[in-house]
Amino acid sequence: MLKSSLGAAAVALAAVYALVVVPAEGQMTTMINGSVYASYGILALSLALIWGYGGILSFGQAAFFGLGGYAYAIAALNLGNTWAALVIAVALAGASAAVLGYFMFWGRISDVYLGVITLTVSLILYRFLNQTAGDEWTIGSAPLGGFNGIPSTPILTLPGLPDEPLSPEQIYVLAMGALFVGYLACKLLVATHFGRVVVSIRENEMRAELLGYDARLYKLGLFTFAGALAGIGGVLFANCVFVSPNMFNLQTNGQLIIWVIVGGLGTLAGPVIGCFLLLMLATFLGTVHQGGGTNWFDPNLVLGVLLTLVVVALRKGLLPLAIAGFDAIAARRGQRGRLARAADPLVCEPQAE
Amino acid sequence: MDYIVIIVLQLAVTVANLALIAAGLAIVFGMMRVINFAHGEFLMLGGYAAIVSHRAGVNLWIAMFVVAPLVVGAVGAVLERLVIRRLYGRMIDTMLATWGISLALIGLVTVVFGNTVSGISPPLGSLEVGRYAIGRYELLLAVVCAALYGGGWLLLRRTSFGLIARGTMQNRTMAAALGVDPGRVYAVTFAAGAAVTGLAGALIAPIAGVVPTIGAAYIAKAFITVISGGAAIIAGTLSSATLLGSINTAFAFAFSPVLGEVALLAAAVILLRLLPQGITGRFFRKSL
Repeated sequence: MLKSSLGAAAVALAAVYALVVVPAEGQMTTMINGSVYASYGILALSLALIWGYGGILSFGQAAFFGLGGYAYAIAALNLGNTWAALVIAVALAGASAAVLGYFMFWGRISDVYLGVITLTVSLILYRFLNQTAGDEWTIGSAPLGGFNGIPSTPILTLPGLPDEPLSPEQIYVLAMGALFVGYLACKLLVATHFGRVVVSIRENEMRAELLGYDARLYKLGLFTFAGALAGIGGVLFANCVFVSPNMFNLQTNGQLIIWVIVGGLGTLAGPVIGCFLLLMLATFLGTVHQGGGTNWFDPNLVLGVLLTLVVVALRKGLLPLAIAGFDAIAARRGQRGRLARAADPLVCEPQAE
Repeated sequence: MDYIVIIVLQLAVTVANLALIAAGLAIVFGMMRVINFAHGEFLMLGGYAAIVSHRAGVNLWIAMFVVAPLVVGAVGAVLERLVIRRLYGRMIDTMLATWGISLALIGLVTVVFGNTVSGISPPLGSLEVGRYAIGRYELLLAVVCAALYGGGWLLLRRTSFGLIARGTMQNRTMAAALGVDPGRVYAVTFAAGAAVTGLAGALIAPIAGVVPTIGAAYIAKAFITVISGGAAIIAGTLSSATLLGSINTAFAFAFSPVLGEVALLAAAVILLRLLPQGITGRFFRKSL
């Protein structure tokens, strides 16, 4: 009880800091970086949900991130109405997750194979979009742009005012807000009957099926929801950077897995924290090396060693580790207090708890 | 006529390429069930080992056939000792740890050699068929690939080491009860897989060139080939390389090389929907 209310308080504090304190300070770099982090954070959230709670290891979750971004850019360029484009993009990301999920779950494709198939789909999209340079590759009035992506991605406008694109500050607030709303939505989803069935399927699929739940259907539902969520992340990413094939590549998918693992599999907040910390680390590593000589702070090298160490030595991510540490400290403190009282019965402490 | 000959040769080269890329992974993943996501980086290291040692004055063929397998085999042995050994049986953890290794190797090679393309031109010139030409070196790859798989088959089927390795992978406890040291068998098999990968990486380096990040171009293809092949590693990997290679060549000739790659990946997804156990889950079941 104490722990969950502490967790809720921490999330609320983070929300206040991100949505009130940071915009008030008005640091442009922080806010632009923050928007990118938040859109990646939503992507991390979607993988945290399907992998941590549904046991579905999607290695190519970034596919829906990229699809959402591309669908948004193409629809916005053609329609001119950015909010309609957002709806289309999220629907498309969810629908493609549903189609892919149908293939996989009805084919009874299990863990590793599922991971490789999702990764393959993401890489297919990467390869395909990478070669779409040139005039023959346009959808309506939107050039796909090959390796360069679509730099002219329109920015979301104020609702009702189609000629006023949001400022970077507003995008930042929107992205952070979406991250927190997405987190709460996932939290609620996990608490519903649907969420419990999903977790039971992760624990033992056959037992859940023998109890009468169609595991395929539940997994499909979860996968579709997470696909749409990743799509929202993609739309936000399109608004603060722009869409390019790199959204689909191995690097993005790999980073995503690392965030979730380092942050803590089986939690929702952990992967988002992991995402923010590691992105900050990568940004820092990118700036730490100045001048010539050998750069031992290569982001790949540091992140790779970090991931290997976390898997081999910690086995759990940061958030579960922090919770366990909190438990251990609380237990020891409780014990020491009791011992002290037992040793010296004359000490009369006021009962704080 | 010439056109048909060249297409058949090109097909053989594509299939051999795929089979070479997947060979080491067939041992490490197909036999040992270790999901080695650093496989692409092992290929990359093989390429660098060959090119760097050749530039340092080693004969090209020695650099490819001796130096590269030794270097990458040694790297594999060290990584097995430090990381993989702790994770046998924990499939997902192995995958993540090797992904970490993969990133670290990319970073390390970038630090040492820089993020630039290195290459050597393919030796041996080209073979002319009428109005068309194909690299002799690429044909040599097909021959080496056939020899590699033939040798692998002999090793697994006819030698006592092959028997012990297969037995240990099938039932570790039983092998230990019979006096085999499973830890050593695993270590040797992993190093052998890494060495084969190093050789393959060196062999394709003159065709593809090497960059620190080139592993990403191979990893998905390698996994897809081994997984589509199914449980029988030699027959499976060869048959899936043939099938996927043919699809790749057909689409590459009809449309563009990129669409050939896309078709290869898409075909594998459909194949796994139809045959979830891979090709050898249904055909050639008694083979190795």
